[in-house]
This record gives sequence, C-alpha cells and structure tokens, in this order.
Amino acid sequence: MSDSKSIFIKESTLTSADGDQRQFIRTALGGYYKNRDLYKAKYRDWELARDAASLAKWSAVNNLAEVLEKFVAKFESNGGKVHWARDAAEARQIILDLVAKANAKAVIKSKCMTTEEIHLNDALEKAGYGVVESDLGEFIQQLRGEAPYHFVFPCMHLKREAISELFTKHLGTAPTDSPEELTMIARRHLRKLYITADVGITGANFLVADTGQISITENEGNARLTAAMPRVHIALSGIEKVINSIDDLSVLLPMLATAGAGQPMTCYNTLYAGPKKPGERDGPEEFHLVLLDNARTQLLADPEQRDALHCIRCGACLNVCPIFKNIGGHAYGTTYQGPIGSVITPHLRGLKDWNHLSGASSLCGACTEACPVRIDLHHHLLQNRRNAAKVVPNLFDRVFHGGFNFVIKRPALFSFGGKVFRKTFGLLKHLPIPYLGTWLKSRDLPAIPAKSFREQWKDIKNV
Amino acid sequence: MRVSLFIPCFVDQLTPQVGLATVKVLKKLGQEVEFIPTQTCCGQPSYNSGQWEIAKEGAIRTLEVFRDAEVVVGPSGSCVAMIKKFYPELLHGTKYEQEAKNLSQRTFEFSDFLVTKLKTIDIGASLNKKVTYHDGCHALRELRLKEEPRKLLRAVKGLELIETEESESCCGFGGLFSVKFPMISTAMVQVKASALSRTGADYIVSSDPSCLLQIGGWLSREGKVIRPLHIAELLAMGIDHV
Repeated sequence: MSDSKSIFIKESTLTSADGDQRQFIRTALGGYYKNRDLYKAKYRDWELARDAASLAKWSAVNNLAEVLEKFVAKFESNGGKVHWARDAAEARQIILDLVAKANAKAVIKSKCMTTEEIHLNDALEKAGYGVVESDLGEFIQQLRGEAPYHFVFPCMHLKREAISELFTKHLGTAPTDSPEELTMIARRHLRKLYITADVGITGANFLVADTGQISITENEGNARLTAAMPRVHIALSGIEKVINSIDDLSVLLPMLATAGAGQPMTCYNTLYAGPKKPGERDGPEEFHLVLLDNARTQLLADPEQRDALHCIRCGACLNVCPIFKNIGGHAYGTTYQGPIGSVITPHLRGLKDWNHLSGASSLCGACTEACPVRIDLHHHLLQNRRNAAKVVPNLFDRVFHGGFNFVIKRPALFSFGGKVFRKTFGLLKHLPIPYLGTWLKSRDLPAIPAKSFREQWKDIKNV
Repeated sequence: MRVSLFIPCFVDQLTPQVGLATVKVLKKLGQEVEFIPTQTCCGQPSYNSGQWEIAKEGAIRTLEVFRDAEVVVGPSGSCVAMIKKFYPELLHGTKYEQEAKNLSQRTFEFSDFLVTKLKTIDIGASLNKKVTYHDGCHALRELRLKEEPRKLLRAVKGLELIETEESESCCGFGGLFSVKFPMISTAMVQVKASALSRTGADYIVSSDPSCLLQIGGWLSREGKVIRPLHIAELLAMGIDHV
C-alpha cells in the first residue's frame, strides 16, 4: 500500500468514527448551505449562469496557449514581469531568487493554494526567510504547523476555544471566546508585518487576458495589503487561471462567491495591473507573476478530463461531498481536498499513489451538481478508476471480477450459486469472507428468502 | 404494452419481493409482463471498479437479452442508469454503440415508466401510513427523476409523505464502495438513516433497492423501528389495501 493510501485509511477511519467532529463540520456547513441557497435564488437562472461560467473557462482552456500569450503580452506592457515554471521545483527557485534579489528580510503572504502545491513556505523558511500567512485561517493553520483542512476554509475544523488557546500560546494574548476579538488579535499582530515586509506573495483567482490584470478575490482585505504595501509583489498562479476577457468576471466573480462561500460577492475583488508607475504614490516597485504548469498541460492533453482545468477553486464540491464531511480534509493528504482533489491529484502527482482517492467515492454526483463551472467530477473519478486498472495491476480485483463475470455469464450457474448462498447463509455469515464479512460488521442483510425471483416467476407468470 | 422486466441480480436473490411487487403493479395497470431468465447482472460492479473490459461483456450480454423487448422496466434507479446512461458510453466506438443507444431509449426506471410512459399517477392504491423518501443518487442525478416517485406517492390515498433536508444525500452504498471503504460508508448511512428515522415515518421509501439494502441493513443492526420499502412494494401494498 502506498504511503498516501495508508494515511488516507488511517485518517478516514479515525474521523469517520468521530461523531462529534463530523457533527461539528456539518453544523459549520449548515450556515453555508442556507446562504448559498439564498443567493443562488437571486440569479435569474442559476443553471444558465453555470453554462456561462463554464463556457468562459472552456473557451480559455481550449485555446490556452493563445490566450496565455495574449495575457502575458498585455501584463508585461503594464510593467509586470512574467516567469514560467514547468514544475514545483522551478517555481520555488524562481521565487527564492526574486526574494533574494529583493534583499528581503521579511515576507508576507496572502492565501494561495498554489503556494501550498509547491510547498513554498518550507522552501522560504529553509532559505532563512521569515514568512507569515496573512489570511486569518491560513495564519491559524501556520501557527498550528498544519496543512489547510479545506482549501477555501482552512481552519473550519477548529472550535473557537482551540483558536483562543493557540493565540495565547503563540501571541501571549488573553483567552477569549469572541470571534470578533480573535479576529482583532490576528489583525493587530499582522498589521505591523505588512509594513515591515519587503516582499508580498499572493495567488491569483483569474488572469484577465484582454487587460493584462490579475484578479484576486478575498474577504479580509489582507491580499490588498500584501500586494500593495511591500516593495515587491510576487504572484503565483497556475496557467489554467487565464480567462479571455474582463467581461467574463461579471459571471465568474459572483459565481465563485455564491458557490464557494454562500456570498453574493466576496468583500474585496481587486484587479492588479502592474507595479507603481512614475508619479503614482502607492503600489509595489516590482510586480512579478510566476506561471506554473506542474502537470497542468498533461491534464490539458486528456480530452476526457480537460474540463477539470475549468476549476475556479471555489470549494463547492467539498462543501456538498458526503465523503469530505465524514472523513475531513486532512485524510486526503493532498493540496486540494474533496472531489476536485480526488480528480486532479492522480494527474498532478501520479495515478499509482493517488488512485485510492478515486475509489473512495460512492459516485453520488453531488459534486458535479454543485460545480459552478460544470466539471463532470464524479464521472472523472470513474475514468480514473478505469485508467488505474490499466496501469496499476490489482490482482484481487482481476480475480474477483473475472470470477464474478464467469458466474453471471452462465444464468444457470448464477441461479445455482445464488441458491447455495441463500441456503448456506446461516453458516457463511460467521466466516471471514471478503466483502460479505466487511458488510456484516456494521450492517445486516435482509431476511434471506427461500426462493429467488426467478424461481417464483414460474409460479406467478400466468396469474 | 409488453413490458420486459429487468430484475437486478441482488433483487433476484435477496429481495425478490421487490420484483414480485413490480409485476403486481404493472399487471394492475394492464401491462403484459415478461421475464427473460437469461438475464443476470448488468455489469455495474465491474464498471464502477474500473474493470471496463469485463463490464463490456456484461453490457453486451444484456443487450442480447433485451434485443426483442418492446420496453424494459427495472425497479432500480441505479441498474437502470447503468443501461440507460452508461452502456452507450461504455460501448462508444464499438459495433454495439447503436444498439446500446437503442436499448437506452427503451429502458425505464419503474416510477418513470408509470408516470412518463403510462402517464399514470393514481394507480388506485390506498394506505394509511407515514413515509419519508430517499432519493437514490443514480435515479436523482443520472436519470433526473425527482418528482416521478413523489407524484405516485402523493396519489396514494391516506399516505402522508414527510420530506427531510437529507432526502437527497447519499446513503453511502455505492456498490463495492460499501465494503472497500466500510468506515466511510457506515458513517454516511448513519447520517442518512438517522435523519430519516427522526421523521417518525413508518417507512423509508425509495426507488432504489440497493440503497434500501444499505439503509435497511444499518437500521436493522441499530434496532430502529422505521423500515425500508421499495416504492413498488408500497404501491402493491396499497393495491391490496383497497
């Protein structure tokens, strides 16, 4: 078993048995469902809006090279500098070099899952730079030394008391159970850091090709401070974040907020177009954008699952996923949790080590139904299973399904086998038979009938 | 109409009463019912496990079974979705593609057949019971059947339908998922079945016998009083009651 799979089994076993934690997550999401439905209802036609959002992403992803070139030319004409990174190592090196060149002593960051994907904080710390997360949830997770639990709500698994204790321990503040006061503690702590930081690192929600701007969505204002206060602004983005036109934001920004956070719009939606120009008072002196591939072009080459690149990282699929709600975010062991993570991680990090994520789904389709850009998520999990069966030999599966097929292609044998099973069930249920024994650990089977349907059909067909 | 029954393999062996009830309701509605005994399993377990080459064999056999059928009706959203939705995808690009599309058109989930094809909502049943409904994921999200079973239930005289916020959430069965990841599957059915149990209904009704196997299996183990019941069984019961 791969490490990632054994971690998954261990963590998901723990959390799925933890009734309190599961109830806490469901309660936390309760408010989201209510607000999401409230604001979805304000759309004249949510399904049509999904079509529009999906089309906006589809048209960019399916002309990716062209749209990216257009974006880069415009972005650089605004005074920014683009750096291309093939993989995580290249991206880390580019950013480390930029930070070194800026003679930085302190680095501040706003929320960016792509930096998690390339493990940037580790690299910066190893190189001796202090780096602080400025998004409240990410700040809390950084203090805990723990990966985000959910890629939109990083610390949704934590109760207020846990956060208060954490602040007392690390910041020496008095215990409180007021969310406002907890927010103010973090705010007072972080405000000083924006001023002293030399480099600010952000992500990007969208790269707008026709204006050469990057669009960042947030609720706390921390990304604006991170981008605007330090001398150097470095943004990191996957190449799939590009969109054709600023007009596309008119559907993508509200959908991102409603689907992801149950908001009509997030509090701050900012477009960044290059560094401070001569005569301007505010803004960074340098503005760098690192564009990351990291296997995205590989996914682009797969016509069946290319639409996974439409993802705007809203997190709607996690919020509705019964697997996520019952095993929590850390079991995945991935940068991107939930259904989208289970779809793309095998592409980004290898099918061999990550195909168990595709198997760990009842294929209920709640994710696909929730996705604002219509990614066919649960069917992609099926395709990953098919792909895995080809490249990762699974002897048990081959024997099991081969044997099953041997039986079902012979109706008389199927009927006989069924009869034997029913007659001997009283004995079989005590034996450690694969699958049957597992089922019976937590569930009963119905009272076993004396006759099958096909046996009874003979008696009733002429009635 | 000549209706060819599509009885899921586990219904055949474990819950034949669902098949018998299906026959009873169809006959009550004046349909000529046949059962072709060469049918076994549609191949979904192998399909969902990534063993698509094996699943294709099951699909091709099922195409042969129903080659001459006028319409095919199955009391399972999941197994019907396999034929209706996944066979054409599985056999895409093969010589069976057209036949798969053709069978897809002729195949109906039980409640869909009554409401859409026979245009019958009130089958003349009556039952003084309280029920809550579980939407099987395949019926709901692959076949888009939400209102069809509810229309049938609302037309049963004396029946009270109690809806819950959890009606659309997955029961955690997912075929072999239920035994490959039993801890997650059990956590899911606990959330689902507890919520439905709290309604105080007499029965949890669904158009999917595989979900009912999961929900019923957990309820039985936990000693809950609410019972699982397939919608065909409920309607058949309602016919007797009149």
